[in-house]
Amino acid sequence: MTGKVITITSGKGGVGKTTTVANLAVALAADGKKVVCIDGDIGLRNLDVVMGLENRIVYDIVDIVEGRCKTRQAMIRDKRLPELFLIPAAQTRDKNAVSPSDMVRLCDELRPDVDWILIDSPAGIERGFRNAIAAADKVLIVTNPEMSAVRDADRVVGLLEAEEKNAPSLIVNRLNPSMVKRGDMLSVDDVYDLLRIDVIGIVPEDENVIVASNKGVPLTIEARSKAGLAFRNIARRLNGEQVPFLELESQGLWERLARLAGRK
Amino acid sequence: MSFFERLTGKKSASSAKERLQLVLIHDRVDITPAVLEALKEELLAVISRHVDIDPSSVHVELATEGRSQRLVADIPIKPVARRRAA
Ligand SMILES: Nc1ncnc2c1ncn2[C@@H]1O[C@H](COP(=O)(O)OP(=O)(O)OP(=O)(O)O)[C@@H](O)[C@H]1O
Ligand SMILES: [Mg+2]
Repeated sequence: MTGKVITITSGKGGVGKTTTVANLAVALAADGKKVVCIDGDIGLRNLDVVMGLENRIVYDIVDIVEGRCKTRQAMIRDKRLPELFLIPAAQTRDKNAVSPSDMVRLCDELRPDVDWILIDSPAGIERGFRNAIAAADKVLIVTNPEMSAVRDADRVVGLLEAEEKNAPSLIVNRLNPSMVKRGDMLSVDDVYDLLRIDVIGIVPEDENVIVASNKGVPLTIEARSKAGLAFRNIARRLNGEQVPFLELESQGLWERLARLAGRK
Repeated sequence: MSFFERLTGKKSASSAKERLQLVLIHDRVDITPAVLEALKEELLAVISRHVDIDPSSVHVELATEGRSQRLVADIPIKPVARRRAA
């Protein structure tokens, strides 16, 4: 195996990075793949609660980097999916305890034994972001159809271009189809026009997301929500499948979009 | 119809898109409108030394193509005949 490192980042905070990581991880692991998630948000640990693993933490990423434990000891195995693991962020330690080269070393150590490494980036464009993208084979940028989120996403795309990273892909999260129809929310077409990067996923606003995180059970596990289906489709696209976008809006727009995204 | 719509005759999403288009161009190239204006003045001064142009019909602007920006200058030259007559 040579694990692929996928970093989920956004620029702006609160747009759905952690939600995306948890759901993609579950979707990929449910498909029989071995997946390790790394919470890169040192000081603001969250992926553990979204995945429902908060009570099982003994060691964290800083313990690995500073040699207090073996990497395997800090990998928490998911209750439901035995091939899914979490390496939690440190909650109390100095943000600068981890460096980009530490991340590269950690991912290189994990790569031979896993299929996917998903890194949850903190918001912003500081050290934590640098750490999160250092080892990435592919970066997914999460945005909301909203002014400041799109603007910050563009900044991140610019920084990735400057670093000569592979072209990132975009996830538009919290789309509200009826607001789009009314002309009161940017459509995915609009966001694509502005950012001009490949759209890999469109996730609707869905209250099940909050219910799922209350329960600590990512919604991709429970079949029937629209957002869950959208995340599962993203996972399939990461696996190289061609999957049409959900029909959340008028037919015409979605067909056009599917073509746009399919074209790359 | 919302208050915003009545006031501007525009849906809020299309106004968001227009505003973002401008914001993103300036974020990407780090050229403020003031710098662009200064650049235009200097460009005109240099060109007028060699060619007869009408400053009021000159357009210098930032344009976007995909993810790259370019500086586009449209500088009409006064016709020779009219220049002789003047
Ligand atoms: N599609 C969605 N529908 C409804 N709520 C959502 C959706 N996506 C995310 N949320 C909610 O938005 C909030 C922020 O999500 P999340 O924590 O995943 O964002 P984040 O980008 O990781 O934030 P931070 O920058 O603080 O790390 C959470 O309360 C989450 O439940
Ligand atoms: Mg987060």
